[in-house]
Amino acid sequence: MTDARTRTPVVAGWFTDTQGQDFRLLGTRCTACASVFFPREDAFCRNPGCVGGKLAEVPLSKRGRVWSYTDGRYRPPSPYVSDPHVEWQPSVLVAVELAAERMVVLGQAAPGVSAADLAVGMEVEVVPGVLNEDADTTWTTWHWRPVGVAA
Amino acid sequence: MDDLALAARGGGGMSGDIAILGAGMHPWGKWGRSFVEYGTTAARAALADAGIDWTQVESVVGADTVRGGYPGHVAGATFAKALGWQGARVTSVYAACASGSQAIGAARAQILAGLADVVLVVGADAAPKGFFAPAGGERPDDPDWLRFRVLGATNPAYFGLYARRRMALHGDTVDDFAQVKVKNAAAGALNANARYRKTVSAEEVAASAVVADPLRLLDICATSDGAAALVLTSMDFARRHGAADPVRIRAVSTVTPTYPRAVLDLPDIATDSAVSVEPPPHSFRASIARAAYEEAGIGPEDVSLAEVYDLSTALELEWYEDLGLCGTGEGAKLLRDGATALGGRIPVNTSGGLASFGEAVPAQAIAQVCELTWQLRGAAGDRQVTGARVGITANQGLFGHGSSVIAVR
Repeated sequence: MTDARTRTPVVAGWFTDTQGQDFRLLGTRCTACASVFFPREDAFCRNPGCVGGKLAEVPLSKRGRVWSYTDGRYRPPSPYVSDPHVEWQPSVLVAVELAAERMVVLGQAAPGVSAADLAVGMEVEVVPGVLNEDADTTWTTWHWRPVGVAA
Repeated sequence: MDDLALAARGGGGMSGDIAILGAGMHPWGKWGRSFVEYGTTAARAALADAGIDWTQVESVVGADTVRGGYPGHVAGATFAKALGWQGARVTSVYAACASGSQAIGAARAQILAGLADVVLVVGADAAPKGFFAPAGGERPDDPDWLRFRVLGATNPAYFGLYARRRMALHGDTVDDFAQVKVKNAAAGALNANARYRKTVSAEEVAASAVVADPLRLLDICATSDGAAALVLTSMDFARRHGAADPVRIRAVSTVTPTYPRAVLDLPDIATDSAVSVEPPPHSFRASIARAAYEEAGIGPEDVSLAEVYDLSTALELEWYEDLGLCGTGEGAKLLRDGATALGGRIPVNTSGGLASFGEAVPAQAIAQVCELTWQLRGAAGDRQVTGARVGITANQGLFGHGSSVIAVR
């Protein structure tokens, strides 16, 4: 069944369509001031001190350190998609500090990672993941996974 | 007469003060009626408190919301109609949780500009049950829509992130967080306008369900119906009206963040990058209060009481630090020392806070100023802070809306 579905990013242009080690989040970098933006800015640099440069796509660091984390014990409202007939399983959210970009990026933790597995400062890496599936589409996303934990 | 009072009176035309002549509320709860009724009740209460007839009001400013309606309906004109059209100027402002202070800011600007002497400010909401959700439709250009669609990141998820970060950085414990609820519930039990008027024990907090690790149900504020209103006037009008020494608004801070915003905040999925510009020395939340202090010409040491936006118990501790009531990381100690409880050195959320009210978005920042008004008048009953002279409110609206009001007597 899975093969019949189209794999589609939940948001276009936020991450590569590659799998495995090459998977990366995609931001943009201002060619004038080097500021990085994620989610991507494609029209204008938001640095108020910048004269304004072109914005070029840039992959973000693969690894970062946990800034903080939490979990959701209750089903989030729409537009989050979940099957109301299946018991809700807590989903874990991780905020990750990327050293090179000097920014914090939020994401869901990879399946199987619980809040108890995480600690502030722990090294994590970005991996491809699935957000939800419907009849025609597998909606893909990014996940954060502690480094050294198998997929 | 102290220096603050002298400054207020000596300023004359230079003074930026305006008078709070009336404050009124509709009690918070889940009443199942229209926000129009709540807002009208609060407005009538504020007018009666001020001794002002509705027909004397020259301008109505409504605080808007989206989640319990839309900002064309949840607006100043709706309240003007309900009170009986009388031709007053109307203004409606939307700034999420900061709508109320922007309404106060708009009213103040009109008064100080000489456009109106008497302004009625109203905020009211009938909140939906459960988690706040974004406006409907397929709208991937809206960060608020995206955080739900892509991450399922509810408001409590962000509160959980802050709480966990505090535990890791400052050594706060879940019991510290519970004690904030205990403190605020004790104050709310004394407030007839609060939705929850029962004391709560730390054990009850610990026994409530985890919503967003490490926070439990009783760490997180509910969503409520409620309304608050103020009658604001020029100092000259107040004197003519016979109010020689009214509570005054001395500062209204409605600042935005400074780039790069380095602390993750809802509804954003990421912070700004600090790779090409150093982050400002103070976080956005701290800058909100600093702007208010600067405008009022006072500092945290002058404050008698504070009303802060305790969306979660842990967030209240952050506000202590952001308001300069203690140093960074010392919020839990200030709480443990009892300084922020009723009877303490610097009571915080004497109204009971969001913990006791639940959030009625466009009314909340106005409700904070209602509490300051009653405290500074010495009319707060069992919640009274002895000798209260200066109060500050702090709040923050989704997307980068700062909100802080300083009132003095």
